[in-house]
Amino acid sequence: MIPAAFEYTRASSLQDALGILASDEGAKVIAGGQSLLPLMKLRLAQPARLVDIGRLAELRGVRRLDDGRLSVGALTTYAELADSPAVRYGVVADALPGIGDVQVRNRGTVGGAVAHADPASDLPAALLALDAEVVVQSAAGSRTVPVDGFFQGAFTTALARDEILAAVILPAPRADAGSAYASLEQRASGYPIAGVAAVVVLGAGGLIEWAGVGVTGVSDHPYRAREVEAALVGTTGSPEAVAAAAALVVGDREVNADIHAGREYRAAMAVVHARRAIGAALARVR
Amino acid sequence: MATDVLGAPVKRVEDPRFISGKGRYLDDIKLPGMAHLAILRSPYAHANIRSIDTSAAKAAPGVVAVITGADIPYNPLPMAWPAGGASGIQNNVNTPRALATDSVKWTGEGVAAVVAETAAQAVDALELIQVEWEPLPAVTDAEKALADGAPQLHENAPNNRVFDWQVGDRAATDAAFAGAEVVVSQRLVNHRLIPNPMEVRGDIGWYNPGTDEYTIWMSSQTPHIQRLLLAAFVMGVPEQKIRCISPDVGGAFGSKIYCYADMALSLFASRLVGGRPVKWVETRRESFGSTIHGRDHITYVDVAATRQGEVKGLRVRTLANLGGRLSTIGPGIPTTLYGRILSGPYKIPAVHCEVTGVYTNTTFVDAYRGAGRPEATYVVERAMDLVADELGIDPAEVRRRNFLPPDAFPYDNPSGLLTAVNGSKLYIDSGNYEPAMDKALAMAGYADMAARKAEARARGKLLGVGLSTYIEVCGVAPSKWIGAVGEGWGAAMWESSNIKVHLTGKVVVTMGTQPQGQGHETTFAQIVSHELGVPMEDIVVQHSDTQGTPFGYGSYGSRTSNVGTGAAVKAAAKIRDKARRYAAHMLEANVDDIEVEGAEYRVKGSPDKKKTLQEIAFALDLAFDTPPGMEPYLDETAYHDTDNCTFPFGTHIAVVEVDEETGNTELVRYVAVDDVGKKINPMIVDGQLHGGIAQGVGQALWEEAVYDDDGQLLSGSLLDYALPRAEWLPSFELDETVTPSPVNPLGVKGVGEAGCIASTAAVANAVNDALSPLGIRHLDMPFTAQKVWSAIQSAKGGQA
Repeated sequence: MIPAAFEYTRASSLQDALGILASDEGAKVIAGGQSLLPLMKLRLAQPARLVDIGRLAELRGVRRLDDGRLSVGALTTYAELADSPAVRYGVVADALPGIGDVQVRNRGTVGGAVAHADPASDLPAALLALDAEVVVQSAAGSRTVPVDGFFQGAFTTALARDEILAAVILPAPRADAGSAYASLEQRASGYPIAGVAAVVVLGAGGLIEWAGVGVTGVSDHPYRAREVEAALVGTTGSPEAVAAAAALVVGDREVNADIHAGREYRAAMAVVHARRAIGAALARVR
Repeated sequence: MATDVLGAPVKRVEDPRFISGKGRYLDDIKLPGMAHLAILRSPYAHANIRSIDTSAAKAAPGVVAVITGADIPYNPLPMAWPAGGASGIQNNVNTPRALATDSVKWTGEGVAAVVAETAAQAVDALELIQVEWEPLPAVTDAEKALADGAPQLHENAPNNRVFDWQVGDRAATDAAFAGAEVVVSQRLVNHRLIPNPMEVRGDIGWYNPGTDEYTIWMSSQTPHIQRLLLAAFVMGVPEQKIRCISPDVGGAFGSKIYCYADMALSLFASRLVGGRPVKWVETRRESFGSTIHGRDHITYVDVAATRQGEVKGLRVRTLANLGGRLSTIGPGIPTTLYGRILSGPYKIPAVHCEVTGVYTNTTFVDAYRGAGRPEATYVVERAMDLVADELGIDPAEVRRRNFLPPDAFPYDNPSGLLTAVNGSKLYIDSGNYEPAMDKALAMAGYADMAARKAEARARGKLLGVGLSTYIEVCGVAPSKWIGAVGEGWGAAMWESSNIKVHLTGKVVVTMGTQPQGQGHETTFAQIVSHELGVPMEDIVVQHSDTQGTPFGYGSYGSRTSNVGTGAAVKAAAKIRDKARRYAAHMLEANVDDIEVEGAEYRVKGSPDKKKTLQEIAFALDLAFDTPPGMEPYLDETAYHDTDNCTFPFGTHIAVVEVDEETGNTELVRYVAVDDVGKKINPMIVDGQLHGGIAQGVGQALWEEAVYDDDGQLLSGSLLDYALPRAEWLPSFELDETVTPSPVNPLGVKGVGEAGCIASTAAVANAVNDALSPLGIRHLDMPFTAQKVWSAIQSAKGGQA
């Protein structure tokens, strides 16, 4: 459990980190290190250089933007997120306690989780359901992109090699929305076999006006199940409607299989937990 | 006078150092000039080694030496417990070498090693060793390994058979089945487990060229045995030239009993590099593949019973997967420690058991907490439930009808289960099973379970309740039974203790046996305090170094509380006896007139004429005035060979809820009534039970070693092998009955494995009970969510 040799640079600023990334092909950003270091100790990852952004104050903290949205700095730890206004989103409050253990939640960062793009990471499902955005910085400037589309494959995102994820933007909370996260834990790793996050907005007459459904653990990357969302909108969210919508959660996607869950089981669990998450989200807003 | 602390929940004297990070474990030891060793392990489950090129590794930075099997002149590791011992049963023995030479038999077998200045340099250099492999077909399942056409592992083991062993009365068992009113049969898989002590294994080998002596620090349960085995069987070095030290050991569960290749390797490496100490500490991932595994039985059980549920015959055929080569006592576990207690607490008149040991391309299998007894308990406890299910009788009632009555002890099973090949006998020493079960049933609210099941079903949960009315066997003893011709170990099984009362009246106890977290420094101080009347704080208990402790066989098989305590009690009695004789001299009285109460030695009828043990020790240590023939100093050693094992028992009840939609199973209640005889320290007993129960629950619900068909360990890390977590467990509800053992001088029996022996079967019975409304009769462990969901889908006619 000893990593291969690597160079280490502590970045003095975000611009400094971006400069190193741009100039060194072998450089890899490290923040909390809760995903990268285990991979390095197993020598599954052997970056030539680590650029440590862990002490950059400019990437820390959760703050409310003028329009009510929440900006979550990339270095916000899970524990800090749990102690921030972000837990007003039921979907975030549900997902956080199941992530890692106390030590991981104290060290692991929101930005790290999103940039690492583990196919079974809990938080991306919640961000997808909330229709969140990510702020991406490079030496050339910054851009803001939707989370939907950011995850492209296993451990693969829309981040370019010379970019750093700077913040995650959550939409403004609203009284007519409810959200929840439901997952079945793989007992050894604690990662979800299937995890589904749901956000529903109720409109006039109690009909579902908007729905966001994020899914993790099921496919090679966390995804937004727009088929489920479409099936929910315009319904009353009756148990039958929810079950019918939840049944669409996998669609024709390629489903992951391992010793803990084969394709059929994992797909079935995605459906069950889609139903449970949507049901819980509705219960919170009704 | 010191308060009597025997039986008191005294806080553990070890804990201040353990919980404040001040323990001294193997990896905490840093010696001057120490080099570091890393082992290159086979990526293949079965392969021939064509060549090994170490030249690049030798040239790597910091590398001191690179070693292959061809460099090492030692013998293969010893086989200390063949099935049936020296009774004539053929054991086709293949054990590992310090490093494999021609071929590897499992992924993780060591093939080369690097000694370097730092551990990082050693690991880096491993990547530069080039091995030319010839991969061979592999087999990992015992049943498949015995089949025609299976890959063959060893020339001396046709069809991969290690041994065929049997116990019991075949003719009587056949007769019981011929006349049976009901026969129930089931195939049971007791799957493979991977021990995971908090502290992984490691060694520091040191060869001293000045004295030509070897010292090894090892994270081991058995330093005295390892000295014997390394000297006599592996290295060919005289025993007095080897010293084994086991520092604080952070858990073991059986996995640190054995003579491992790395022990010989670290000593060889130290000699090779001119006498620098050489440290090797395994990684967790290495531990998963290269330290022993446990269990892995496939069993076919037949039960003959009357329509009233009385069991008349038990027939068991078991395939025991022992891995690619044999670990030190691998064959002894699924034979002696399994077949001989298959009748459990029941008066089953006819039992016959056949066991075949099998080689497969997997990590070697040996004793893991419970060691044979959880496997046996699982078979007989599932058998009781299957009989109950078949006959429509409540499982508790079936057990009640089959329990040995309280006047049956000492009990000798008529099938000769406890009779060794040389005729030596063990007896179940004591028991009173029904009160323990009744107490547990009352605690669990067993009578109300139907209502609770209905309530759970309304919530979408299947509730199940399971019983395990187990017995344990504590001891791995006595010598006349376990040794000699009969059962196996080529070794005795006594224990030892030395007690010295120093001039200041302080007491030093040295033990042949040693702890791996059980708290011996506390419990043995409690015993000696009780026996000598000396306050606990004036007593220190030392252990785990072959220099300075009397020979002992170590801690495993729950043997220390039965055998080890006997040695301490005897040594204390010798101290008392000598102190009494010297008190008579000091007080000018007849020795027969000296009364002893606690630490006071008084002249009968003259209460003012008295000496304390401290005064006696002071005078006798100075020895200015000793009577003729009396040696100075209070220093006594005792060896204790128990007459029999002790047999704790009890009833455990598990209540589970299965989520019908997901198959996810939660343990929602756990009740245990255990009878471990008298308790030295009830808090430590509870701790052992809690840990044991959790470990057994882990097997039933979550833990499983999984190999693919090529012999790759897919559950080779804590990301894929699910150990129990506190948050998954309910608060255990413990109670007791107390039936003192007539075997042990303190009436204690032992408790190290009881929880683990009982709980697996209780949970398995509970899950099967939960699934029974769906028509599921038996599902094998572990009850992972996917497996339970698939069974539910199949039962409902789904697609799974």
